[in-house]
Amino acid sequence: MKILVCISKTPDTTAKIAFTDNNTKFDTNGVQWIINPYDEWYSLVRAIELKESDASTVIHLVTVGAPDADPIIRKALALGGDEAIRVNADSHDSFYIASQIAEVAKHDSYDLIFTGKETIDYNGSSIGGMVAELLDLPYISLATKFELGGTKATVTREIEGGEEVCEVNLPAVVSCQKGVAEQRIPNMRGIMAARTKPLKPIEPVAVDPLTGIASFELPPAKAGVKLVSPDNVEELVRLLKEEAKVI
Amino acid sequence: MSVLIFIDTAEGHVKKASFEAMTYGVKVAEQLGTTAEGIVLGTTKDDLAALGKYGVKKIHHVNKPALDHLDAQSYTKAITDVAGKTGAKVIVFSNNVDGKAIAPRLSARLKAGLVSGAVALPDTSKGFVVKKNVFSGKAFANISLNTDVKIIALNPNAYQTIVGEGAAEVIATDIAVDAPKVKVTAVNKVNGEVPLTEAEIVVSAGRGLKGPENWGMVEDLAKVLHAATACSRPVADAHWRPHNEHVGQTGTAIAPTLYIAIGISGAIQHLAGVNRSKVIVVINKDPEAPFFKAADYGIVGDAFEVVPKMTEAIKKIKA
Repeated sequence: MKILVCISKTPDTTAKIAFTDNNTKFDTNGVQWIINPYDEWYSLVRAIELKESDASTVIHLVTVGAPDADPIIRKALALGGDEAIRVNADSHDSFYIASQIAEVAKHDSYDLIFTGKETIDYNGSSIGGMVAELLDLPYISLATKFELGGTKATVTREIEGGEEVCEVNLPAVVSCQKGVAEQRIPNMRGIMAARTKPLKPIEPVAVDPLTGIASFELPPAKAGVKLVSPDNVEELVRLLKEEAKVI
Repeated sequence: MSVLIFIDTAEGHVKKASFEAMTYGVKVAEQLGTTAEGIVLGTTKDDLAALGKYGVKKIHHVNKPALDHLDAQSYTKAITDVAGKTGAKVIVFSNNVDGKAIAPRLSARLKAGLVSGAVALPDTSKGFVVKKNVFSGKAFANISLNTDVKIIALNPNAYQTIVGEGAAEVIATDIAVDAPKVKVTAVNKVNGEVPLTEAEIVVSAGRGLKGPENWGMVEDLAKVLHAATACSRPVADAHWRPHNEHVGQTGTAIAPTLYIAIGISGAIQHLAGVNRSKVIVVINKDPEAPFFKAADYGIVGDAFEVVPKMTEAIKKIKA
């Protein structure tokens, strides 16, 4: 079993969101970078669990980014990836990134490609589907459980108001979310081992992005909370009905 | 040229999110001076002609049981075929579970620029620019699409449905359909429950409730409001509530018209998942809880007293 886990570098969940260059660029000043939580907590950890139950499993990590993504990749290797490939390119749009990942995947034979359900910065939820299409593979999105049985996977995925269980023959692409695995913290042995694991930078293939970012904007600030006394709950209900008109 | 709207069904019924997508797609068509058409995949129980009241002129119905369950691959192929026949220049999805599975595939297949999570109509004054949520609700990005065919996946609850009059022409569309490679073997749906991402009102509770045994009052309040229930991350992590109820940055992101947060302090990660809500009500006994800063209305008080009173007060006005 050979698994490709897609890793994205994102700002920490508590990062202050601000923009520069006339609101066209994200202000990276003072930002702590992390592995996108969906990539780390769910898809990477599930891949590691699969390796723990079958030692012949090989886990490759892939990211698209500049050399400043290397610390994030090392952390992912410390958690348990075997080797990593970094496509040495600034990310443009999701199609550009997906095309680079698909190209990496074409040069090897992966049984399984895992992504997180989305990144916490661009919230596109697009990479998995695009990679699957570029490779003409089945795609199961928003997985909450993932089980392997030989060359077949049984995946539970989110639907509106519940879940459904589906089966797919490998190879396949799966996007993972909460439920698939539990967050882990790298241990000292893993951190030491990660230092010598291969992290291979490769050059990108030429791809034209399909979209561009014209500008960013911040949401308007809230007007401030209107407090109601706990002894006057009826007043709150009245405000919701007559002022806010939401009930 | 046309605008093609993917009309999403579950168990044969059109989903609420698709009504929003239709209203939105019809507006886009008006902007572009063209007409809006819909595509429905699989067998259905609803009267598709009646969807004309949302402004769509034609419904292309691929009435094949092989498409009854979502398989992103075969759906993408079917939509590609119909989009080609209708000369669609803009294809609209809801950015719901099905949209997230299909729209990116279609984007890669057609080399059509995709905006996922759109929250407003395109700005066509300078090209074609669509506003979307980024940084988990903490900001917006205006995305420019320069490709010939464009795909927009509209966030649920981001666009108000408009219902008018009219009937759509339903066209039985016979195209070759692939057997699904993803086979659905079981559907576990909580009957009668309002799906979280589609809910107009969400009642959510956190650690302030002290234990899972105290959720009865939360469910009672949700019931009188026809609301969905949700929870904070610590509550889901402690298995007080199922994971699918977790809203926040790493759980489900929601945008109801009313979000009621009970005993939730309002960590930045939680706010990221709910700050697209139109109106936020916070009930917390700690006046310093950060959630009050993001709230529209608040009560500093004991949830165990306030919530049952609120349920009673709502029952009264609904009676």
